[in-house]
Amino acid sequence: MSSTISSFLYLISGICFIIALRGLSHPSTSRAGNYCGVVGMLISIFTTLTLDVVQNYAMITIGLLIGGVIGAIIARKIQMTALPQLVAAFHSLVGLSACFVAIAAFYQPEAYGIGKLGLMKPGALLEVALGLAIGGITFTGSIVAFGKLQGTITSNPLVFSGQHAINALMCGIVITLVILLCFSQSPVAFWLIFFVALTLGFCLVLPIGGADMPIVVSMLNSYSGWAAAGIGFTLSNHLMIITGALVGSSGAILCYIMCKGMNRSFFSVIIGGFGNKSKDFQKSEPASNQISVREGDAGEAALILKKASSIVIVPGYGMAVAQAQHALREMANLLKDRGVVVRYAIHPVAGRMPGHMNVLLAEANVPYEEVLELEEVNSQFEQTDVAFVIGANDVTNPAAKNDPSSPIYGMPILDVENAKSVLFTKRSMAFGYAGVENDLFFRKNTLMLFGDAKKMCEKIIQSLN
Amino acid sequence: MSNISFADKLNNLAEEASNLALKAANLSAQANTATIDYYSQAKSMPILHDSGFNPTVVGLTIFALACFVGYYVVWRVTPALHSPLMAITNAISSVIIVGALIAASPNSMNFSSIIGFFAVILASVNIAGGFLVTERMLTMFNKNLK
Repeated sequence: MSSTISSFLYLISGICFIIALRGLSHPSTSRAGNYCGVVGMLISIFTTLTLDVVQNYAMITIGLLIGGVIGAIIARKIQMTALPQLVAAFHSLVGLSACFVAIAAFYQPEAYGIGKLGLMKPGALLEVALGLAIGGITFTGSIVAFGKLQGTITSNPLVFSGQHAINALMCGIVITLVILLCFSQSPVAFWLIFFVALTLGFCLVLPIGGADMPIVVSMLNSYSGWAAAGIGFTLSNHLMIITGALVGSSGAILCYIMCKGMNRSFFSVIIGGFGNKSKDFQKSEPASNQISVREGDAGEAALILKKASSIVIVPGYGMAVAQAQHALREMANLLKDRGVVVRYAIHPVAGRMPGHMNVLLAEANVPYEEVLELEEVNSQFEQTDVAFVIGANDVTNPAAKNDPSSPIYGMPILDVENAKSVLFTKRSMAFGYAGVENDLFFRKNTLMLFGDAKKMCEKIIQSLN
Repeated sequence: MSNISFADKLNNLAEEASNLALKAANLSAQANTATIDYYSQAKSMPILHDSGFNPTVVGLTIFALACFVGYYVVWRVTPALHSPLMAITNAISSVIIVGALIAASPNSMNFSSIIGFFAVILASVNIAGGFLVTERMLTMFNKNLK
């Protein structure tokens, strides 16, 4: 196929990807968008296969089949609650394949028309090295994120002294090596870039705690895009540049939204150790003016819910852990049958990835219109009889508005305190991720329901019947 | 006599004509190579590169514009669909498979083509997995639309 036709087809597939993202502006257009993305991907693969350089179809077909089958099986089997770790795992694959393509390009530049082994243009070397470095960081960073989300690595921030200095040093080493590589063409420098980038990715994510994961996952999403764009520059492939830029900016925007949802700067998240920083705060004895909390059981909760005419449910990561979304939906259905108006309030950073709660509620067949974002719902709490908080804590803490000394001060919260009464479903009185006391627990109109979120919902359902 | 000389003249004329034809063929061949030379020289003329046809500059132009497109398109994505957004961007960033396919393409097995083969596998796991998971999520959202 002539290069004019193939470039044109690559352009079409780039446009398909843009339309795919555009489709996500509303659920009704989203599936058509997804199909458009699939078509774009198929066009790009078939166009590549018709290029003159491609000869070994047997090996390529085997590779495509193995990968496709594995991917399809994973996508079918995965539970929706395990979605964040799945996305993290997928990011690591993009990172690793970016590294592999960079390595292949370095050892066989003839195939891509960018010079000969040991005689590559400095510009091409720079692009290869950038793709390799970003790919390496994405790969190990995503593996650590996966481990933390899966629970195989502790989700507590792991901070040790001198960590930032070491990370900064490694960044410096990578940059130096990239410059060195451009002038020397040395394979040693090339491999050193790879290994230092791998270590750097590992060290960057390790100090970041569990609840900051939405930011980390978005950041890695963004990196996987930049890595693809870097490789696109190497191969002078405009489709890869377009797609890399789209994915990179998408991840960056999500990152920004998540940081805003926590009122934290991106830099402070990367430096890590939110939980640790507030240790002193945590250790100071709980406020002296506190009264003991009012603890209730499912029966009392059912009574309060029955009397209400409108309730707002505030789900958090605890709901995901307990897989309580189906029981919750059943409970909401019973209440709706009694004429209670039920809505759901989603904080931008609830859960472990952007939009995590929305997916779980959608899985449990909660109508799309009942699920509201923070800005839409906050003014409505005053007219709400009961706020039912299930597995969330910090995102409801009024200290974010009232207490300038609190580590979460300035974070946008859901104003559940304005509701006439508040029900908290929690496993214990333990602190949330930020490690701060929530005043709301000690208020008169708050009822604490201790226990597993799912079991609590089931008990409330029994009492309602 | 005159008949013979006439025939000779004819013969001479024919020879001259064929010589001329040969010369013409040679000249046209020369012209041909000259044109080809001219075009190939024109193609590699550095002046074209300096006037914005440098592939890196073209790439950067496309990159910058695509970043803006991405920015405006992604801000319009409804927050409820941020998880599918991550899954689909993850799937499309596997467009890196284009590079992997080229790496895996030579008939002879060597280090690069084996690395490329693994890159093809990884990227296709991502493509299949990413699009199917997105589809699963979007189906759930659509089911709950009124």
